[in-house]
Amino acid sequence: MSQQVTLTIDGKQVTVPAGWTVVDAARVANVHIPVFCYHPKLEPVGMCRMCLVEVGLPERDRATGEIVRNEDGSPKIRFFPKLQTACTTYVQEGMVIRTTTEQVARARKDILEFLLTSHPLDCPICDKGGECPLQNLTMAYGPGTSRFPYEYKLHLEKRVPLGDLIILDRERCIICGRCVRFQAEIAEDPVLSLDGRGRATYIITTSDPPFDSYWSGNTTDICPVGALTTTDFRFDARPWEMHQAASLCNLCPVGCNIMFDIRREPELGGRFAVQRVMPRQNEYVNEIWICDKGRFAAYHFAQYGERLTQPLVRENGKLRPASWREALERVAQAFREAGSGLVTLASGRLSNEDLFNLARLTDHLGGRKVLDTFLAGGEWTDKVGLGRESDLAALGEGDAILVMASDLEEEAPIFWLRVKEAAQRGATLVVANPRPTKIERHAKHVLRYVYGEEGKVWEALLAGASEAAQALARAENLVIFYGQEGLDLATSDAVARAAARLLLTTGHAGKPNSGLVAVWPRNNDQGAWDMGFRPVADLADTLRQVKALYVVAADPAGDDPHLAAALEGADFLVVQDLFLTETAQRADVVLPAQAYIERGGTYTNALRRVQRFFPAVPPPEGPQPDFAIVAALARLLDLNLEGRSTAKGFEALAAQVPAYQGLTYKDLARVEEQFPLVSREVLDYTGTAYPNGQGLGVVLPNAVERGETVAPPEAPEFPVRAFQGLLAVPITRLYDRGTLVAWSDTLAPRLPEEAWVWVAPETARDLGLQDDATARLEIGDLAYTVRVRVNPAVPGGVVLVPRSVGVVLFTPVAVHLKAVVPAS
Amino acid sequence: MPEKHLLLRHRDIPDIHELEVYRKHGGFEAFRKAVTQMTPDEVTEEVKKSGLRGRGGAGFPTGLKWSFMDKKNWPHYVVANADESEPGTFKDREIMERNPFQFLEGVAIAAYAVQANRAYIYLRGEFWQVAAWLDRKIAEMEAAGLLGDNLFGTDYSLRIYTHLGAGAYICGEETALLESLEGKRGQPRIRPPFPPSYGLYGKPTVVNNVETLTNVPLIIERGGDWYRTIGTEKSTGPKVFSLSGHVNRPGNYELPLGTTFRELIFEHGGGIPGGRAIKAILPAGASSAILPATDEVLDTPMDYESVPKVGSFLGSASVIVVDETVDIVWLVKKTLHFFHHESCGKCTPCREGTYWMDHLIQTIAEGRATPQDLEILYDVAKQIQGKTLCALGDFATMAVVSGMERFREDFEAKVREAVMAGG
Ligand SMILES: Cc1cc2nc3c(=O)[nH]c(=O)nc-3n(C[C@H](O)[C@H](O)[C@H](O)COP(=O)(O)O)c2cc1C
Ligand code: SF4
Ligand code: SF4
Ligand code: SF4
Ligand code: FES
Repeated sequence: MSQQVTLTIDGKQVTVPAGWTVVDAARVANVHIPVFCYHPKLEPVGMCRMCLVEVGLPERDRATGEIVRNEDGSPKIRFFPKLQTACTTYVQEGMVIRTTTEQVARARKDILEFLLTSHPLDCPICDKGGECPLQNLTMAYGPGTSRFPYEYKLHLEKRVPLGDLIILDRERCIICGRCVRFQAEIAEDPVLSLDGRGRATYIITTSDPPFDSYWSGNTTDICPVGALTTTDFRFDARPWEMHQAASLCNLCPVGCNIMFDIRREPELGGRFAVQRVMPRQNEYVNEIWICDKGRFAAYHFAQYGERLTQPLVRENGKLRPASWREALERVAQAFREAGSGLVTLASGRLSNEDLFNLARLTDHLGGRKVLDTFLAGGEWTDKVGLGRESDLAALGEGDAILVMASDLEEEAPIFWLRVKEAAQRGATLVVANPRPTKIERHAKHVLRYVYGEEGKVWEALLAGASEAAQALARAENLVIFYGQEGLDLATSDAVARAAARLLLTTGHAGKPNSGLVAVWPRNNDQGAWDMGFRPVADLADTLRQVKALYVVAADPAGDDPHLAAALEGADFLVVQDLFLTETAQRADVVLPAQAYIERGGTYTNALRRVQRFFPAVPPPEGPQPDFAIVAALARLLDLNLEGRSTAKGFEALAAQVPAYQGLTYKDLARVEEQFPLVSREVLDYTGTAYPNGQGLGVVLPNAVERGETVAPPEAPEFPVRAFQGLLAVPITRLYDRGTLVAWSDTLAPRLPEEAWVWVAPETARDLGLQDDATARLEIGDLAYTVRVRVNPAVPGGVVLVPRSVGVVLFTPVAVHLKAVVPAS
Repeated sequence: MPEKHLLLRHRDIPDIHELEVYRKHGGFEAFRKAVTQMTPDEVTEEVKKSGLRGRGGAGFPTGLKWSFMDKKNWPHYVVANADESEPGTFKDREIMERNPFQFLEGVAIAAYAVQANRAYIYLRGEFWQVAAWLDRKIAEMEAAGLLGDNLFGTDYSLRIYTHLGAGAYICGEETALLESLEGKRGQPRIRPPFPPSYGLYGKPTVVNNVETLTNVPLIIERGGDWYRTIGTEKSTGPKVFSLSGHVNRPGNYELPLGTTFRELIFEHGGGIPGGRAIKAILPAGASSAILPATDEVLDTPMDYESVPKVGSFLGSASVIVVDETVDIVWLVKKTLHFFHHESCGKCTPCREGTYWMDHLIQTIAEGRATPQDLEILYDVAKQIQGKTLCALGDFATMAVVSGMERFREDFEAKVREAVMAGG
């Protein structure tokens, strides 16, 4: 517990932790000190001068150091002769702050008058209008009129694209520097800067490509005026026209808490439509931030994708529309015939309620539950995952974090943020990866290994001799993240086992703030494991032998031509999806599902926090929610499943799945006062992250906490790969061409246009390839045309292949890469 | 013959910029004495005892500043402020060009006192020739074993580097200077923390003006008590006054602190050209509150206590003399143009206020203003005062407020012009 300090603000005593600023302490005392440049997540700079207050300190006798007292025994307070900026003044014992004096009121008027002299005051056409701190504070504290004549007004450019996503209005910028500091301090991509001086100070971007950061959208939130707007929302809607729906981002396993702002959309025939994505405060998960992928692609696929609108059945070799009844009866009959020959292939994009029903139905028929993924280890995250009440914000001095085989910012941006913040608070960060990644800047120990030799790293860590191994073993709390860098099913399974062994043998398992985190490829992979879905080693082989295959929220045929071929072997194929995917085109029956923005449910994130999302827009005519489709199907197969509501579905699930035992939606809805207090209800923070009134979610107990005996697994055998020549290794990049992001026009300019690979300069030389060359990548019987990008950070002898960017690769394999001689 | 100069010694001793000549006149003996015979704290104590106050403008006690260095945080740095950008100030340049070793010895002693092994000299960009010259002098010191490792056979080591700024007035402000030295935008930092606890690269740092440091060898050589015999009780020592404007003999004059304006302007400076009358004085360059040249003002001793009593500051003692032909509106316009141009833009009142004031004074000077414009100009200046992040904002208001209060008639004449023109 940090030291507490008591001070008096406008006659009210407050006690807050030492190190707090007067601005934040005042919020606790319910005294409002207006700010522009200050933001509690950023270093204070004292630039705008809006927060000027009177500051007094108890006077001390110079000789004795004793506090001087008035006649009545109260300490004598000496006030600074000048007003002080409350945002750069830190609380001190006995400090006295006055904010209601004439002098302070005058100062606020003065500063606002100054700010408005250079402001265009084009509120009626400004996106921030209606939720603008400058408007609010002017109303609350400003002068009613201005003495600044219009002829002196400085006119500046109104549309300066800072990049593909963000547009700057130079006239509106009040030079608070929040955006610049956000990029430098939080995102650690210092790509914005102030340029020029005096009144001619401008925000500029210094990177190429411009504003090159996965975090750029956040600057538009914290910009206290309408100077920064997103290309997504610019001139789209007024804040007061929209209503809100709480949700979760479904694009990575972080599960950022978001808010959809919704309004009827003329371009969509007057339908209710999402206008923008805003972060929703959850200090356990995403704090008040989201990455650009979430902000600019979280809903587009549902809103703009070519959706299935009705069930389809195959007749004479062709799919034709059918009624739900007909379609479901066809499926029921096929499933009945297949019996234990049924395989349900589902992905972690589905909600827990959907997956639970799917699992029950599959079990009922004696079928097999298969998870569509390339990353294993979910049993181990269940057994020794982060304990109950875990909070990444609690990690610091004395704790340790191991990040293994993960380019964390690319795979789960917010985890990158949380881990680096823990390291900044003093946690020992160990990073094991074959090539440098952004998180490594904060690493105390870097363990470099060769792709495919993950086992060696673990051998050393489990032997406990190295400095890094000892730092991990000795730590008070130990969190291990493993991810997607070069791992396949077999290796990730071994990594998870080895990590579990380390946690169990060092006494960390089962403690809150310690445990194993898998950086899953899908947002609800953890939930899918919890509901009993498991990947299979050879999916093609499995698919070839099924009697009936039920593919839900997955597209094996689209993912891999070998799987497409394997599907030929399935006697009966049912696809349940939003879109007519490659797999759906091969199906016997296609069932249209609702998108997550059209219904509710829960997802379990990679920290094993169960969180709820809510319906945001009315579903289109036709599609049904997955859990309800499964329940309807089950009814035809004499099984009673919950199909009425996700609340009921969750109750049923909580009654059966051990980790979820006893949980209810009510538990998930628990909220608490979250620091910093940046709620939109405060005038200064309107237009930023939404407060969280819908629930912070619950971290599931791990098996150790549930009282199960969890013995340390044997040190695993890592698969050994014998190969010669060039090794292609799959890695994950945030901006890929996955089906969900592909529908976002906004993000499109940031997404890769063509397949590309990374190679080291020496490898490129050996292969006779130049940077930017077009090459032919041969993987087994498949060949691709790829753009070669030479990258000195890549180890020699490998070709790094981003997943979902046009090349199919699930496991490291030997390949050929050859220059393509352009036809002359 | 009594020495005429203690700081501008080149005026008495030819070729003192040659290392040999400087050493022949006792050069670097003070540094040797400090390093070999005194503890760092003893050096600081001696400087404290001397009463030396910063010559960069604020007049802060130098020894006290050194004693604030955080001894729990290392390394320490010393930075010499050679930005010399106050209009009307040209003393540091003369010292560095003509008596460079005394300045460099001062840097070295300061570094020893705070146990810094690196010292930087930050010069305004226009001083590139001075920087090259100092680099040569530093190289000579290194060659002579006066800089480098194991100085005078002790384990103390020191290196001095020069660094050129890009030419902004604000980079003379110590925290903006440090930012610039770190390679960032030259904008002031919020203080506290002050440089002795959080300075260059976040490490404890002493920032001192060139002239301040040039005093230090004398103090170590002859003792703080001797030093106190020069100047006044609270403003001790000699001071180089940069005299400019309407005087017959402009230039630098080294005189004890406490010399009167009258003596400087009329005895040393030779009075006003053409026998015209003196109208006003800016004692601290463009940042000054303008003083009317009354007898009371002329007889005021130029020291850190007396000048404020008549309504201005001594600052860096760049005394600009203005004769009766000058319209104060024109003068204020010049200062506002300067401050509008030099405002770094970091804080609202200075950024917006200097822009606004500059427009207002142009309107006034062009004879287009209403009486209300005068009121607004005065209000805006007052509105800036006390609210800015660094002192530049306040500096920008000095000439305006003092000019309007003390030379009201000049402003009113302009408004009358406007009224006439408007019919
Ligand atoms: C706007 C501004 C400009 C300044 N310019 C200079 C300068 O050019 N040279 C200088 O020595 N000090 C300048 N100063 C003062 C420095 O901030 C600092 O007080 C000084 O370097 C400390 O050294 P001293 O104690 O030896 O005077 C300036 C201060 C301000 C606020
Ligand atoms: S663009 Fe917005 S956040 Fe950035 S400095 Fe300007 S007002 Fe502040
Ligand atoms: S970090 Fe992950 S969950 Fe959060 S917004 Fe980005 S993609 Fe979505
Ligand atoms: S007062 Fe002027 S120069 Fe100083 S920080 Fe503010 S804007 Fe910059
Ligand atoms: S100076 Fe305190 S909020 Fe800007």
